[in-house]
Amino acid sequence: MTVPGATAVEIADAVRAGKLRAREVTEQYLERVARLDGALGCYLLVDADGARRRADDIDAQKKAGRDLGPLAGVPLGIKDIFCTKGLETTCASKILRGFVPPYESTVTARLAAAGSVTLGKLNMDEFAMGSSTENSAFKPTRNPWSTAHVPGGSSGGSAAAVAAGLCAGATGTDTGGSIRQPAALCGIVGMKPTYGRVSRYGVVAFASSLDHPGPFGRTVEDTAALLEVMAGVDPLDATSIPAPVGAYRQAARTGREGLKGVRLGMPAEYFHPGMDAEIEAAVRAAIEELAKAGATVVPVSLPNSKYAIATYYLICTAEASSNLARYDGVKYGLRAAEAKSLEELYTRTRGEGFGAEPKRRIMLGAYVLRAGYYEAYYGKALRARRKIADDFAAAFSQCDAIVTPTSPVSAFKFGERMSDPLQMYLADILTVAPNLAGIPAISQPCGFTRGGLPIGLQTIGPALGEEICFRVAGAYESRTDWHKRLPPEVA
Amino acid sequence: MATDWEVVIGLEVHVQLATKSKIFSWSSAAFGAEPNASTDPVCLGLPGALPVLNRAAVESAVRLGMAAGCKIRTRCRFARKHYFYPDLPKGFQISQFDEPICEGGAIKFRLRGENRAIRLTRIHMEEDAGKNLHAAAGVSFVDLNRAGVPLCEIVSEPDVRSAEEAAEYVRAVRTLVRYLGIGDGNMEEGSLRCDANVSLRPRGSEKFGTKTEIKNMNSFKNVRDAIEHEVKRQATLLDRGERVVQETRLWDAARGVTQAMRSKEQAHDYRYFPEPDLPPLVVSEQEQARLRAELPELPEDRFARYTGTAGLTAQDAGVLVAEREIADYFDAVVAAGAPAKRAANWVINEVLARVDDPRRLGDGDLAVPPPALAELVTLVEDGTLSGKLAKDVFGKMWAERRRAQEIVAAEGLAQVSDGGALEEACKRVIAANPGEVARYRESPKLIGFFVGAVMKETGGKGNPKTVNEILKKLLG
Repeated sequence: MTVPGATAVEIADAVRAGKLRAREVTEQYLERVARLDGALGCYLLVDADGARRRADDIDAQKKAGRDLGPLAGVPLGIKDIFCTKGLETTCASKILRGFVPPYESTVTARLAAAGSVTLGKLNMDEFAMGSSTENSAFKPTRNPWSTAHVPGGSSGGSAAAVAAGLCAGATGTDTGGSIRQPAALCGIVGMKPTYGRVSRYGVVAFASSLDHPGPFGRTVEDTAALLEVMAGVDPLDATSIPAPVGAYRQAARTGREGLKGVRLGMPAEYFHPGMDAEIEAAVRAAIEELAKAGATVVPVSLPNSKYAIATYYLICTAEASSNLARYDGVKYGLRAAEAKSLEELYTRTRGEGFGAEPKRRIMLGAYVLRAGYYEAYYGKALRARRKIADDFAAAFSQCDAIVTPTSPVSAFKFGERMSDPLQMYLADILTVAPNLAGIPAISQPCGFTRGGLPIGLQTIGPALGEEICFRVAGAYESRTDWHKRLPPEVA
Repeated sequence: MATDWEVVIGLEVHVQLATKSKIFSWSSAAFGAEPNASTDPVCLGLPGALPVLNRAAVESAVRLGMAAGCKIRTRCRFARKHYFYPDLPKGFQISQFDEPICEGGAIKFRLRGENRAIRLTRIHMEEDAGKNLHAAAGVSFVDLNRAGVPLCEIVSEPDVRSAEEAAEYVRAVRTLVRYLGIGDGNMEEGSLRCDANVSLRPRGSEKFGTKTEIKNMNSFKNVRDAIEHEVKRQATLLDRGERVVQETRLWDAARGVTQAMRSKEQAHDYRYFPEPDLPPLVVSEQEQARLRAELPELPEDRFARYTGTAGLTAQDAGVLVAEREIADYFDAVVAAGAPAKRAANWVINEVLARVDDPRRLGDGDLAVPPPALAELVTLVEDGTLSGKLAKDVFGKMWAERRRAQEIVAAEGLAQVSDGGALEEACKRVIAANPGEVARYRESPKLIGFFVGAVMKETGGKGNPKTVNEILKKLLG
């Protein structure tokens, strides 16, 4: 078995069966990271020693005859927004440089308990704010399909690492598309589950009511296998949902048997003129393929989605301005040197520590929440949010899942959108509405542009409808081989 | 002629709730640990940590609201209140804003014998901040043990009319908190804190004057002194035709003055918004009914009972209801058979005199538990023990943890009511004092002399009533 070609599920099965040692898998991945990541910049931190120790521990458990977890020996990359005990966690921000959490996030704790091996921490847009990973305070991450292009964001390090075979799966967070958009731009699978399905405990907050932790995988089943471990109620997250975790892997496999009886909604609003023609053609072809698999395609309408971007930026900036208030130089991370007063300590620490995008969002959010303006902005955004969610609820009375493109464009070049924040914000136009509604959505590869850049198909399900997303995605994947392609520059 | 100013005071009282763990996390909420020892990722405001509401704190808040007659919301929300300060680890305090858990209600108490009811605007829940410790010049430390300790903020309407009334209001809040067992209400340790909004207006005016907010009053005396001082300060300004500046002033107990805080520290826009990490808090009708059924008898209800059916004076009843432990002790003495008035006298004059903190009457290993006191009172009531000796017996009971009957039996203190023995003693006294006997004929008041002499003769054990009767008979 050549490990970087194998799926996470195959690795786990082999390690569990005693056919492959976790240490061997880990060494192969570490070797690839050492060789290839200099050019790609996926990792902010590689924990080679820790990974080896963990892999040896799995092998020792196997030797002792113990039952191994469902992700035994699977090497994972962790977005640097998840707190990892003893491993520096920066959110790709200078203000958190040097912060070594004394505690572990629920997601990474569950992944470790399932036998996975953490290789290191992955690059991202600072505090998950961005759609290209260019907002990382430390370095850019390059798209494995073309190093002149961005990997998307904010979980760009995660998507690029999985695409380049620098880990067998990864974690991400999706506040407005930060898992699905980079998955689409890097040609892999990324899933944003229902809000509350995966615990946010230990995930550095950007916009609390919109942040969704989720998995990246090379295949639909890998992604489902990761989510099965990550998901579930958590007493440490009051917004987590006390519902049993679904059989996601089974749903992905069921999809291979076709989609007979499944109604797929196609919202006209998500195929607007001005969309990249190649992308529109690829996604329409993908939907035809799903119809061939037995699904019925019905038109649905999501009229309020046109307010999604505006609504999203009112809510996410308000929450961000609040969540980022704790970075004051008093307790952890950066502290500006030689501040002469408390106020100077605050202004200098925050002035030096935050990059342009967090500063922009803190200012916008503080403005949105000003006394006397709450109703005009935040209050109104909450009402729009409800209407957007109501649209989805109405659509799901006519269909089982909704299919759309993930991103209106394929990967763009470095610097192309940095000068115009609004243009960058529009990269999320097809992904933000499910965040506002809190409903699950998955992105998977459905073709390539003439320039060889991946295109993503998004399948959106109703609340706690992860299984239908995996089933549709599994069906599509079983009938195509886009997911089998490897980036030319790293293959 | 000087204007007659009416004092208008509204009070904000913060009560720490004595729950085991903090309001949103698991570390201990107890006072007194090493700095930063009672902390966890949540109360430290570590990145990624999330609050989870402590239901015990909710129950305490609901009980307090019920005791004050508030309307309890079946559904309420938490909100973030933003400001930067080193003792506030998240840069915001989780509090309640537009949907507090309790609204309306009143705090009832008596002021100089008059019933008072200060209306409440609301009671809301929030987390406490940590403490800044200023060491040497330019060096400060932050202790976050207190960060996340549950608080109830009780906001009154501007119904309070004097410094004395303000202090009694705060005392009444403390009594309520202690009755409910939801906190210790210790002002010196900061588990009960009070801020006062003070303004003056010409008597008869409907319009409020400009108010100042007074902080840093950490005793009932401080509350009274600070407000008294502030009222005088404002009256002086207004009498001179000057204006009161709306500001926050700190009470300096050592110097006896209030001083303006830097106005910069007050220019806050707290940017409230609903706490997204906490779902709305639901306290169902059933849960409310259960909590209501578990409420203890409240101080003012007890006061009414004591002054009503029990027939106690308002003054005695006031002493007894001041702490739940005193009233519980008193009730237990009465339940064990002692008449209420006698029991009240014993509790107030003897028992309370022997404890530094009246709440000790709730101790399980008290030297004289209620049934033991009831036994003593009964011995006096049925004539076995004289009132005078009873006090000595009580002293022995308290010091030696002995029962009254045992002491009386062991030391032969039982009253002699036997007519024969007493008559002999009376005869001896009469025989020994012929002069007095002669004078008695003129002045029957002298009977007291003979009674005293007989009591001396019997070592204090003679039943005074019987002695009196015998003497009257013998002296004719």
